[in-house]
Amino acid sequence: MATYLIRRFFLMLLTLVGISVLVFVMLRLVPGNIADILFDAAGMINPAEKARLEKDLGLDQPIAIQYVRWIGGLLHGDLGYSYVSEKPALAEIAPRIPITAKLAGLALAFSVLFGVPLGVISAVRQNTLLDYVLRVISLSGLSMPAFWLGLLILMACVSWFGTLPIYTAPPKTLWDELLLYSIPAAAVGFRSSALVMRLTRSSMLEVLRQDYIRTARAKGASRRSVNYHHALRNAILPVVTVIGIEAAFLMGGLIVTETVFNIPGVARFLVEAIRWRDYPIVQNLVMFIAAVAVVINFVVDLLYAVLDPRIKYAD
Amino acid sequence: MTSVEEAAVKPIDIAPVARLWPQLRYVVTRHPLGVFGAAIMAIFVFAAVFADLLTRYDPVSTNAALSLARPDAAHPLGADFMGRDVYSRIIYGARISLAVGLGATALGCALGVALGLVSGFLGGWVDLVVQRLVDVMQALPVLVLALVMAAALGPALGNTIVAISIPLVPYSARVIRSNTLALREMPFVEAARAVGMSEFRIAVRHVLPNTLAPLIVLATAQLGAAILTESSLSFLGLGIPEPHPSWGRMLSESAAEYVRVAPWLVVFPGVAISLVVFGTNLLGDALRDLLDPRLRD
Repeated sequence: MATYLIRRFFLMLLTLVGISVLVFVMLRLVPGNIADILFDAAGMINPAEKARLEKDLGLDQPIAIQYVRWIGGLLHGDLGYSYVSEKPALAEIAPRIPITAKLAGLALAFSVLFGVPLGVISAVRQNTLLDYVLRVISLSGLSMPAFWLGLLILMACVSWFGTLPIYTAPPKTLWDELLLYSIPAAAVGFRSSALVMRLTRSSMLEVLRQDYIRTARAKGASRRSVNYHHALRNAILPVVTVIGIEAAFLMGGLIVTETVFNIPGVARFLVEAIRWRDYPIVQNLVMFIAAVAVVINFVVDLLYAVLDPRIKYAD
Repeated sequence: MTSVEEAAVKPIDIAPVARLWPQLRYVVTRHPLGVFGAAIMAIFVFAAVFADLLTRYDPVSTNAALSLARPDAAHPLGADFMGRDVYSRIIYGARISLAVGLGATALGCALGVALGLVSGFLGGWVDLVVQRLVDVMQALPVLVLALVMAAALGPALGNTIVAISIPLVPYSARVIRSNTLALREMPFVEAARAVGMSEFRIAVRHVLPNTLAPLIVLATAQLGAAILTESSLSFLGLGIPEPHPSWGRMLSESAAEYVRVAPWLVVFPGVAISLVVFGTNLLGDALRDLLDPRLRD
């Protein structure tokens, strides 16, 4: 177990280093840097001025030097400065993280609270009308773009309440906050809940065919006890994987949903930074997103061993 | 006894036309949802191919008088801010959506197959390097990697296809690799080697065809994902540039303002995206049942 953990940890680091190189190189493939954009926008071309700006930002250095500087800074907690706001990148990114984290947490809670029970119901009532309806709903959840669902929700709010529930000012009370975030969280979580539901259903169907389920029924265990204690407990492992993957990959849905609902979280910030070619922000944000994803995957792997004692990581 | 060559690459049994109808009926009764999905896809392909015949207005020409026109007889789905006919834009948008979806899926799968086959068949340090590369690519959410790629390559149709294909590569690479690892040990591979076949030929002629079933299932699922990713990229303004009528672009940011005044601009492009992805999902599920019984639920 210890050897496995150490090996996994080093692979994790290796992956992160790989991502940092990938992102860094990709961003520098872009023809034209921030100096070009700023000068184009201002409509003035003074080569000396531009060269000075490039020097200030370190853009005149070879790409390898730029990379080493970035990673060196990263290890010291120095993420560089945003080109656009000229504030430290850390000061720009850090306050936005809790916003996105809350949204992601709510979305995940939504997907588990709806996905798992509905998946169980769908499996237990296999091939009934209810099962078909639930399956069509989950499939449409997987087919709808998250931003469109968000727009539809906005539309419904306009016609029912006459207001747009988009972010305008920071919420004051906890209740306000919950109210404000729960709608976009539902828009993001719907897709994940559809995925969780599908997987719970197929995993449950697999387990319900097992001999020990028949035994449990034969000894007179209640339907509820069979379904939830005997079957779901055994069916949950693949579901945990998918919840883990979804937790790490919720970012895609969050990017568009934060844009629709005007929420100032990290996901929307990434899009803004990409548009502005604000490298320090983009590369640090992408690293952050990757780190979260990689760590979650690691934790899910460990969770396996806890949930299923049959799994032993021997190496 | 048939020769090794013959046994391994036995041609697929093609049903004579006389047996086609009963077979078709069998498929329809066994997989009604899959057939429904295929029908949806067929409608969109039809719309994309015959877009010129199905529409009366040019999807890109603007008309200030029609700005935000409500749906009526002449413009059944209304007109957008620039006075462009929404119906025409949706029909022409099918071209963009399918071109990007199919292009990105094909490119992503081709790269993934090449990587997976090399990795699984050669093993050793090549496998190690490719697997780390796949790990790196898979550690980022599809949309995040596609966003960075799209920004790096710049807005153009071809670039969008490439930007969406790259994040799809690790998935097919993984599937092909694991299948190749299992197939590599099969007796027919050993037999092919025994008769002196080159490693490359074994990989391409014997191993690759046996990985096609899971690949088709995966590719169908990725088609839906690629179309969704394109719509998200275009929605964020980093995908297909104007004036191409992309469904995602039609829903672009200003849509939050149109929610109040012009709901038809919000509803219809979204319906088109969801419907085409719904079709690929239904089709994908049916194909998985047909081709990959192990994954059946």
